[in-house]
Parts: sequence; structure tokens; C-alpha cells
Amino acid sequence: MSQLMLNGVRIDDTFAEAFGMVATAIIITAPTARWAEQAAVTMTGFATSVIACGCEAGIDSTVPATESPDGRPGIKVLLFSISLGELQKQLQNRIGQCVLTCPGTACYAGIAGGSMLKLGSTLRYFGDGWQISKRIAGTRYWRIPVMEGEFLCEASTGSTTDAVGGGNLLLMGQTRRTALAAAETAVKAMTQVAGVILPFPGGIVRSGSKVGSRYQGLIASTNDAYCPTLKGLPHSALDQDVGSVFEIVIDGLTSEAVHQAMQVGLRAAAALGPEAGPVRISAGNYGGKLGRFHYQLKELLA
Amino acid sequence: MSALTFSLKAAPARRLDLSPLTPDRLRDLKQKEILGLALETEAEPLLVDDVFEVKGGDAAEIRFEGGSARFDLIGHAMSSGSIQVFGDVGYLAGRHLRGGHIAVNGDAGALLGSQMAGGRITLSGNAGASVGGPLSGELSGMSGGLILIGGKAGERAGERMRRGMIVVSGPSGDYAGTGMIAGTLVLLGKTGHLPGYLMRRGTIVLGRGAQSLSPSFADCGPHELAFAALLGSRLVELEVKTGKLFKSPLRRYAGDLAALGKGEILLG
Repeated sequence: MSQLMLNGVRIDDTFAEAFGMVATAIIITAPTARWAEQAAVTMTGFATSVIACGCEAGIDSTVPATESPDGRPGIKVLLFSISLGELQKQLQNRIGQCVLTCPGTACYAGIAGGSMLKLGSTLRYFGDGWQISKRIAGTRYWRIPVMEGEFLCEASTGSTTDAVGGGNLLLMGQTRRTALAAAETAVKAMTQVAGVILPFPGGIVRSGSKVGSRYQGLIASTNDAYCPTLKGLPHSALDQDVGSVFEIVIDGLTSEAVHQAMQVGLRAAAALGPEAGPVRISAGNYGGKLGRFHYQLKELLA
Repeated sequence: MSALTFSLKAAPARRLDLSPLTPDRLRDLKQKEILGLALETEAEPLLVDDVFEVKGGDAAEIRFEGGSARFDLIGHAMSSGSIQVFGDVGYLAGRHLRGGHIAVNGDAGALLGSQMAGGRITLSGNAGASVGGPLSGELSGMSGGLILIGGKAGERAGERMRRGMIVVSGPSGDYAGTGMIAGTLVLLGKTGHLPGYLMRRGTIVLGRGAQSLSPSFADCGPHELAFAALLGSRLVELEVKTGKLFKSPLRRYAGDLAALGKGEILLG
């Protein structure tokens, strides 16, 4: 594979292949930022990959009290899935189990337009007849009495079918320490981009997968071509100076947001140089036939 | 294009039904046709020309220069556009309003916004009895929209209200929100006796308390409600002065337990 160079870091002349997804957004507020964040973290737990979690979810940004709907600190959460039906199911379950239950929280729509997904209009039944509907400035809210006080939830939120899931970067370092430094630096830069989430733990995947397996019934298995303990074998894609590889997966509300996140992530990681950060950066694809979004790394360098 | 302006020639000697003078009904009429429109009174009809001088042309924006407590049914059933009245209006202003904005720089008679379903009424002065309410025999009052009253409201404000919001900045009379079905009634000034009498659902916010509360309301204690913050910020957007009302816990009274009992009075 031909390679480009950036700050002494080898950049593969390849592309990340990503897929169209449906997505929604909500804003969670609470009396303190700590509890808004707790609800968001709980709600987005076990939401790393649609393969087994039903959705991919993460924190997009913090919402300052001055900009939140009820004047309290908030967090904006994004959820991505493969169909509106699945997205609705995940949204309902996660808000019901993780936000409704969390001290002090309230929940609002985080995206306008598209097909409307139910928030409070299904959770209201938890109120067992004591729920109260309120329409303020044309927006319907549900007030549900709970043991702590009252849970306030907007009736519905919007969605988009323009979302993209599966943008990615592969960051290869000489050691686990330098590869992780590269990944952490990239994550820090990418999380500044609005409208994207990095759904894996801390934004980083240490066990990237390939499609299929030699075992029946497994739809994904370890990406052995990028496993450093197998790098001496003929099918390995790794060079001798690569000791560890991390992947960053990016989901975005728009293709532009994914492009921007990949660009700032790649540049931030490469800025560390090959000694402190990555020796090589690549991206994962399936030959370009499965996903309709392709992000060429050389275009990210432009 | 300038607003279509109706200037009052002289104080009317009779009550006037001004329901024909709305943006919806004047949209396609020429000035001459407007001058020839009949206005019902309690005796024989008058023509617009008998009562008003008419100037300008854009019927989407109507101005009444000068008002009267005999101006009834202003903006009746209008669905869009605006009506501004520089003076008082009589009974049933904004009755069956569906959209648009009626702004009155003066006082209004009884049944302001009666059975309105949408749109907005802004009143700088005082309103008569039964703001948003139903006429005799009608089962429900206002079913949507917003009424902002800068002054006082008479008795039974928000009577049998079903949806929407009424905000009264000054004092309100007895039986505010009587028979409320749902909706939000914000009474920032001192309120008379028995607010929420026989209310089923809905919210009444009392900024300065009431002369008496019905014993059929259950005291549920003070609460910090996210909903109150949301309502408070909406009122700030509407340029309503609420002071510190929504910044501290509100005492919740559930009731009226003599009716369905799923309504509430929130006391600041």
C-alpha cells in the first residue's frame, strides 16, 4: 500500500468505509452537572456497537445551564441505530431505566425534524394515572411523579436518516503506551467536534473486528491482520515497528461531522510524531462495496 | 403596505358586533366594500362607514384607532394576521380565536378569548369576568392559545379551560379556574376566594396567594420542579415580570378533590 507522510508518521493511502444510520439526540439536565453526566454515562453504557447492543450511543457535548431548556446544567446524548424501530426501542428502554431513575434529571429533545420518536409519551405510563401533560410554547412535556419528586420529560424528539456510523481510524504505535497516547490525543481532539460520538470505551477500541469468522454463527471476529502478536505471519498488515494498534470508531449526525472529526483526530495524533505517538495511521474498509460513505485519508491531510 | 385602519368617528351609541372586521373576512374586499359592511347592533344594523373612517389597505394587519366598551366580538374566529386596538373593547373579544394576535391597549369586557383555540391575545388593561370561558350551556372554555393580561382579571378567569395558558399580572377575582379541565392559569397578583373550585386537571400558579383556598385541596408541600423553571423561562420570554416566583420551591396543592382531583395549585 502506498503511503503518505505527516510529521514523520506514515499515513496509508486508504479510506474508512462507513454506513448510513438513523440517529436521534436528547438533552439530559439535572440540578448539578455531576448527575446529568451520570445519567448520560449510564444511558450510553453498553452501546458500543449495533452488532450486539442495539444502538451506538455517546455524549456529544455538555450544555451549559445558560443554554439548557430549564436553566440547569445538561448533557447532549446521541444515539445511532440501523432502523427507526430499533432506535425507538433503545431510546425508550435506556431513558426509562437510566435517566428516569437518576436523581434530579429531566429529559428534552436534542434534535428537531425527521420522524418523531417518543420520549415522555410512552414513559408517562409509569405515572400510573398521576402523570400531567403540559404544553409550553407549542411543545408537549410530561410530568411524572416519582419518589424523589417529579420527572419532567419532553413528549418526543426528532431524528435524522442522514447519520453516518463506522467512520474509523487505526492508530499504530511502536508500543502500547505510544499507540494509546496517539489514540487518547485523537479522542481529545475529536470530542470537540459537534454532532459526533466515539461509542467505544473512552472513545477507543482495542479489539477491532473483521466481518465473519471461521466459526459458524459468529458475524465478527478479531481483526487478525492488525494483531501485533501475529505480525510475523504472512497475512499480517503490520510492519515490524508496530507493537500495538488502537481503533477509533466515529458516528456522526452528518457525513461532514464524521469527516471533520476524522481530520482533527488524525492531525492531532500525527502531531505527536512517531516517537511519542503513532508510527503509522490507517483506516478500515470492506473494499468499498458495503458502505456508501468513504473517507480518504489523503483528503483528510489536505 | 400600511395597516388597514379603522378610526372611530364618535363614541358608539349602541353595542357593536365587530366580528366581520377580521383579517380573514376582509382579505379580499376593496375599501368601498368594507365601508358598506353591516355591523349588527342591539337594534337595526349600522354600516362600517357610519362608525369608522377607514384608511390603508393590508387587511392582514388591522388597527382600531379608538375603542369602546361597546366593541363586541373583536377578532371573532380569526385564524391569522393581527388586530391592534388603541382603546377598550367590549364582550367576547377574541371569541373562537384560532390564530394570529389580538393586542388591546385598554380594558376588555367579560369573556375575553372565550373558547379560543389558538393564537394570542395581549391586553394591557383589565379584563372582565370569565376570561377564556364558555357561554352558558357550553361545556368547555378556552382550548388553546395564550392570553396575557397586564392588569386585573374579573371573577372566574380560565373557567372550564381545557388547554392553553392565561397569565394575569394583576389581581384576579373569585373562583379563578373554576371547573378547569386542563391548561395553565398563572395569576401573579392576589387572587380572590376559592381558586380552582371543582377543577379536574390543570395547573393554577398563584404568585401572591388567594383570599381563601378550598379545603378540598390537599397540601402536598413545597417542591422544586423542573417544570416550574421551564414555565418561568417561558414567561420571561413573553416579557412577563414574575420576580422570584419560579426561582424558589412552589407549594403544591392537589385538587379539587371534590371533582377528579388531578389538578394543582402551585403557590409561590
